[in-house]
Amino acid sequence: MTLNYMTGAEAVIQALVDNKVEVIFGYPGGAVLPLYDALFENKKIKHILVRHEQAAVHAAEGYARSTGKVGCVLVTSGPGATNAITGLTDALMDSVPVICLSGQVPTHLIGTDAFQEADTTGISRPCTKHNYLVKNADKLCETIHKSFEIASSGRPGPVLIDLPKDIQLTNVKYIKKPPKIKKHNHYYSNVDEDLINRVAKLLLQAERPIIYAGGGVVNSGPKASKLLTELVNLLDCPVTLTLMGLGCVPNTNKNFLGMLGMHGTYEANLAMHNCDFMLNVGARFDDRVTGRLNAFAPNSKKVHIDVDKSSINKVVSVDYGIVGDCKEILSLLVQEVKKLHNQKVLNSKTKWWSQINKWKERDSLGFKQIGNNIKPQQAIKSLYEKTIDFDTYITTEVGQHQMWAAQYFGFSKPNHWMTSGGLGTMGYGLPSSVGVQIAHPKSLVIDVSGEASFLMNMQELSTIVQYKLPIKIFILNNEWMGMVRQWQELNHGSRYSESYTSSLPDFVKLAESFGITGLRVDNIHNLEATIDEMINTNGPVIADIRVEKEENCFPMIPSGAAHNEMILSSDDNVKDTSNEGLALV
Amino acid sequence: MSVYQKNELEEEETSRTLSLIVDNQPGTLARVIGLFSGRGYNIESLNVTEIDKIRNLSRISLVTRGTSMTIEQIKSQLLRIVPVHIVRDLTLEGPFIKSELALVKLVVKGANRVEALRIAETFRARTLDVTLSSFVFELTGKPSKLDAFIDLMRSLGDTEVSRTGVSAISRGDKTETKLLDQI
Ligand SMILES: Cc1ncc(C[n+]2csc(CCOP(=O)(O)OP(=O)(O)O)c2C)c(N)n1
Ligand SMILES: [Mg+2]
Repeated sequence: MTLNYMTGAEAVIQALVDNKVEVIFGYPGGAVLPLYDALFENKKIKHILVRHEQAAVHAAEGYARSTGKVGCVLVTSGPGATNAITGLTDALMDSVPVICLSGQVPTHLIGTDAFQEADTTGISRPCTKHNYLVKNADKLCETIHKSFEIASSGRPGPVLIDLPKDIQLTNVKYIKKPPKIKKHNHYYSNVDEDLINRVAKLLLQAERPIIYAGGGVVNSGPKASKLLTELVNLLDCPVTLTLMGLGCVPNTNKNFLGMLGMHGTYEANLAMHNCDFMLNVGARFDDRVTGRLNAFAPNSKKVHIDVDKSSINKVVSVDYGIVGDCKEILSLLVQEVKKLHNQKVLNSKTKWWSQINKWKERDSLGFKQIGNNIKPQQAIKSLYEKTIDFDTYITTEVGQHQMWAAQYFGFSKPNHWMTSGGLGTMGYGLPSSVGVQIAHPKSLVIDVSGEASFLMNMQELSTIVQYKLPIKIFILNNEWMGMVRQWQELNHGSRYSESYTSSLPDFVKLAESFGITGLRVDNIHNLEATIDEMINTNGPVIADIRVEKEENCFPMIPSGAAHNEMILSSDDNVKDTSNEGLALV
Repeated sequence: MSVYQKNELEEEETSRTLSLIVDNQPGTLARVIGLFSGRGYNIESLNVTEIDKIRNLSRISLVTRGTSMTIEQIKSQLLRIVPVHIVRDLTLEGPFIKSELALVKLVVKGANRVEALRIAETFRARTLDVTLSSFVFELTGKPSKLDAFIDLMRSLGDTEVSRTGVSAISRGDKTETKLLDQI
């Protein structure tokens, strides 16, 4: 073998190294044995053996979102690839850069229903940003280099590369990553001085402005978050963040109104409803955020900054769409605002702030911790207070616990909050925490979980033990699929059809069976001690936090309602959900 | 539109002809069609063929229908597809030509044979095949012209129709050469 010639499998691994991959999450099988063989000899890439391919993708997502790098996955053909589909869809919805290498039957068998053959590119087409089936070994290296560029540029997303086994075994000439890969012409930007100037003026002249920012700011890198915070401070403008954007303005910033949307704060949603000017930075007017569209921020001018042109005017028509990378646009806006600021065009916002402060007085996140039962809100609040001095990363599953984590945990930095927003995938949090802990071995990584979601990917406990990952699994155990139960209570006459999580395991014994620490608490007086013990335990921990079983997640915009029709508690006069509302997910 | 109520001020839907330059690769067409079915957009006509062998590019001519907001969405969504390089909105750009080819088989005997030939002549259709009991005509032109011809043929006997879908190109001396060179 001369220096430049190697097997296709070796070329793939070399191309990963070239693209600075350090970790790959995967699971072997017949169609990827040559790749595993190439990995065996490789010292530069660490392979993490997960216990299910869906978990491999979520782990790669956790890795990617907590580092800003591309996450990498390796799965076998057929069932390996189909198992990865939920993860890929999740990554597409939340714009996470992931490369998924899948094995495929040899090219001459494609289309014959061979053993473990699946039409992987066909199945994954609608759930990837792009995908490839490599049928020609000469294209192998180029395809991988290009895939990294596609996954990480513009609006990031997952790219799948299907690799037939014969291609992995063919000798190929290795082609290095070219210093510059041509971007596709899609990454179009319409930023110009005039547009920035006009938007800056609108921002300064608005009487009731609000900035609403989302995951695009996080994806744009830490600099974008700094610039956003700077802009907020310069303007003394209220700011609210979506579920995906939490952390891009520190929770302690005095202008931060909390999260908005279905379970957002009263002040955030009412400020959205009553603003006269809205600047959307890297968010996408998701239906969880806007509530009923024809009543969404009715009297406002709207500006939308997004790297993806198709996000602009998709659901909400805006006055100006600025297409481009958030950090570049924010940097221009900050400069322009500073310039205009000196010319004193800033409108006074005293009246606006006093209105907002009145909404704040409603204390929409208030709750009463009475009796011995643990309120789930209190559990998260205590968790936050106890971990405030650590470099803490939170992942979550999906359900009430996810919303409580978003509401009661404070995020001071971007990339420290990993949750499945767009797809809402139960079972995301545990594998995601694996990826986060691999990327940040010294940090405190906590999966805030619900008992039902935990069961969806609990096989990953085995991965956690194998790699000695000191992940803390904080289960808000209410013995219900709480969020389902809540909707059944509010929309379906409390007919709790199939939402009780019966036959739960003993989580402490479950932990012990894996050789890790299990803790349980059901009394508020022991909550803090349990959290301390969890944090101070060196290895992984499952903490079974028995919480109030029928607690509901409030405040809430009922489905089909508008921002100003939020309810703050079950005692509120709740209108029956409209028929349109009932049909919404 | 959104999952919530439709915009009350919803404007009328109009027909639009889009012209796309795409990589001639397996999967490209599937992505384009998947976009339309997945997001619930209409395709009224679609036609694809390779137009540049050296650069391996195909043109997709596509007729769709929607409000201007929907059409803008369709165009931006199409541009997100990696192997889609150019999306032109011919309807918006200015005057353009839309043409389609149809092959029409008519099974006909007796007096109606003369009538069929007369109509074919009026429409400037070519006769590609003749038997004692049938004709195959070839007709090109605007889709509406093809519709009219096919309707008349149907009234004369049993027919079988094969149409290419619309091909479109702008009028005047503007070309895409510069855009193509940037791909
Ligand atoms: C894979 C998947 N299946 C179903 C759902 C629908 N769903 C949303 S929340 C939820 C209940 C979650 O229960 P649990 O994990 O115990 O969390 P809780 O709401 O009780 O905090 C369900 C079933 C989902 N989001 N994901
Ligand atoms: Mg639960």
